[in-house]
Amino acid sequence: MSDLEKIEGLPADQRILLRPLVRTTRVFWFWAGLMAAIALWGLFAYSLQLRWGLGMTGLNVPEYWGIYIICFVFFIGISHAGTLISAILRISKAEWRRSITRSAEFITVLVIGFGAIQPIIDLGRPDRVLNVILYGSVTSPLLWDVCSICLYLTASSIYLYIPMIPDLALIRDLGIRPRWLYWFLALGYEGKPHQKEVLEKIISVLAVAVIPIAVSVHTIIGWIFALTLRPMWHSTIFGPYFVVGAIYSGIAALILAMAVLRRVYGLGNYFKDIHFNNMGLMLLLMSCLWFYFTFAEHLTAWYGGEEAEMATLWSKLTGEYAFPFWLMVASCFFIPFVLMCRQATRGVWGTSIASFFVVLGMWLERFNIVVPTSQNPRLPREVVHYVPSWVELSIMAGTFAGFILVYMLATKFFPIISIWEIEEGRELSVKEVSERVASYLPDAIEEATA
Amino acid sequence: MVIDLDRCNGCQACEVACRTENNIAVGGPERAREDRTISWIQVRSEVEGEWPDVRSRFIPVLCMHCDRPPCVTVCPTHATQKSADGLIGQIYPRCIGCRYCANACPYTIKSFNWFAPEYPPETLDGLNPDVSIRPAGVIEKCTFCYHRLQKAKDQARAEGRPLREGDYVPACVESCPTEAMVFGDLDDPQHRVHHLARDPKAFRLLEGLSTEPKVFYLAEEK
Repeated sequence: MSDLEKIEGLPADQRILLRPLVRTTRVFWFWAGLMAAIALWGLFAYSLQLRWGLGMTGLNVPEYWGIYIICFVFFIGISHAGTLISAILRISKAEWRRSITRSAEFITVLVIGFGAIQPIIDLGRPDRVLNVILYGSVTSPLLWDVCSICLYLTASSIYLYIPMIPDLALIRDLGIRPRWLYWFLALGYEGKPHQKEVLEKIISVLAVAVIPIAVSVHTIIGWIFALTLRPMWHSTIFGPYFVVGAIYSGIAALILAMAVLRRVYGLGNYFKDIHFNNMGLMLLLMSCLWFYFTFAEHLTAWYGGEEAEMATLWSKLTGEYAFPFWLMVASCFFIPFVLMCRQATRGVWGTSIASFFVVLGMWLERFNIVVPTSQNPRLPREVVHYVPSWVELSIMAGTFAGFILVYMLATKFFPIISIWEIEEGRELSVKEVSERVASYLPDAIEEATA
Repeated sequence: MVIDLDRCNGCQACEVACRTENNIAVGGPERAREDRTISWIQVRSEVEGEWPDVRSRFIPVLCMHCDRPPCVTVCPTHATQKSADGLIGQIYPRCIGCRYCANACPYTIKSFNWFAPEYPPETLDGLNPDVSIRPAGVIEKCTFCYHRLQKAKDQARAEGRPLREGDYVPACVESCPTEAMVFGDLDDPQHRVHHLARDPKAFRLLEGLSTEPKVFYLAEEK
C-alpha cells in the first residue's frame, strides 16, 4: 500500500493536512529547483568573498555595515512571527489560532537560522567566530546578541517540536516514509492521558517563556546600534522600536506564508477569511504603533538639533535617502493602514498586499537605520556612496531563496497545520468556549431575592 | 600627545613615517580609487574662505587612545583593549572582523583590511621586523608605536632607571619637521605634554562625547 493510499481512508482533517507529505506536484519541484539554484548561486558568491575578502562587497570606510547587517536585523525580525504570535495567541486562548500556530513557528525556527548566519557572512574572519566564546567580552552587545539568539533558537525549536509530537506519532502509526524519522521524532508518544498532560504542561510553560526571550532578542539587536555614539543610533527608543518592528514584519511574513500555503495546498478551509481578517487587525494595530515610534524617534532627533544628527536626519527626509525613507513610510504605514482599516479590504488579497508592502518597508527601515548613519560620521571625511556589489546582492538573494526552499521542504515532512489541535478544537473547544464566555457574564440574580 | 596646529604645515611626513614604521600595506592605485587605502594617521585638511582669500588648515588625526574608549567596550573578543599604559591596542590574531569598533569610534580612524595586504617586492626587505603584518579581514589602527615603548622599557630596565621623557616617541612625532607633535606622559609633571595639555589653547576633538581622548590640540592663533 503506497503512502498516498494510506491516507485516503483517513478522516477529512488528517487526509487534507497529510496530503502534502505524500504527494509532490511538478509546480513544487519547479519552485524548489529554482530556489535551490538561486541559493547555490549565493553560495558561489560567498565562496568568492571568502577567497578574496570583504573587498568583494561595496562596503567601505565609513560604510562598515551594509546588506548583510540589514538582512540580519530583517530576518531576525521576521522570526518574531512565529513564536511570539503563536505564544501570545495560545496564552490568550484565542481559538482562531489553531490552524496558524504551526506555520508561524516554522517561520521562526527556519528564518532565525538564516538571520544568524548573516553576521558571520559579514565577518572579515569567519574562521575566528569561536573567539566570541573563547575571549568573550561581557561589555559587548554582540556577545549578548549571540547568547540571546542561541537561546531563542533553542527555545523556539523546542516550542515548534513539542506541540508537533502528537502529529508525528500519528504519522509514525500510519507508517509514512521516512519511517525512521517519525519513529525517532515521536519519542514513543502514544497519546496516553499522562503523556498528554505532560505535553500540555510543557507547551504552556514554553509559551510563557519564549515571550521575554523573543523581546530580549530584538531589544539587544536594537542596542547593538544604540550603544554606540553614532548620530541617530544612540537612542533609547531603539530597543522597543526594534521589538515592535520585528513583530510587525513577523505578522506580515506569516500572512504571506498563509496566503501561499492556502493556495498551493488547498487549505482554504483552514486559513479562512476570518483568520486573514484577524491577522489584518493585528497588522493595523502594529502599523499605528510603528508610525508612533518612527515619529517619536525622528521628532526627538529634530528637536535636539545636534549637528551630526541633523545631517543624518536631513539625508533621510530630503536628501540622498529620501526615496527609501518615504517609500518606507508609505509601505509601513499609509498602505497597510488604508487597506487594513476597512473590513472590505481585510480579505486574503487585501492583507497579502498590505503584508507585501510591510515586509518591503521593514527591510527598507533597516536600510534607513544602517546606511544614512554610516555615511554621516561625526568627524566629516570624504563621502563614499554605498552601492552593494553583485556579491552582496547574490548572497542576499541566496539566503532569501534558501529560506523559502527549507520552508517548502518543511511542509513536505511535517503537517503545516497542527492536526491534533484542530481535532481538539472540534471536540472540546466549542463547549469550553461557551462555558468560558458564560463565566465572564454577571451571575444571574433572581428577581425574588432582590 | 599634543599637536600644535600653528606649527603643522600639512607636509604629511608623519603619514609617511607611520607607513614605513608600521608596515602599512601599499594599496596601489586600485585601492586608492576605491578609497580603501589604510593610514593610521591622516592629515585632514580644510580650505577656508573664497578665492583669492583662501587659507588651508591642517589637522593630523590619529587614534585618540581614549580613556573611555567606545571601541573597547563594544569589541566582542577583547581584540581591541586598553593596556596598563593606557594605550589602545589591537590584537590582530583575535579580531573577527566584525567592524563594530570601527563603527563605534566617533573619530572614524580605524582601518579595515578589505583584502590581504600587498607590498611592492622591492619594499619587502625594508619591512619593520618589530611590527606584525596584518592579514585580510581584521581591523588595524595607530598603536602609538607600542613596539617602541616595549623596547624603551627594556632599555630602561637594563640600565636600571625609570623611563624618561624622550626615551620613547612614536614615528610620526620623530619625523615631524616643525616639531608640531609632542609626546610624553600626560600625568607626569616632568613631561612637556603635561603642561601643554593644560594650555588655554588646548582642546580635544569631540570633547562633548566624554571619550576622554589622550590627543590634545593647540588651537591656531595665526
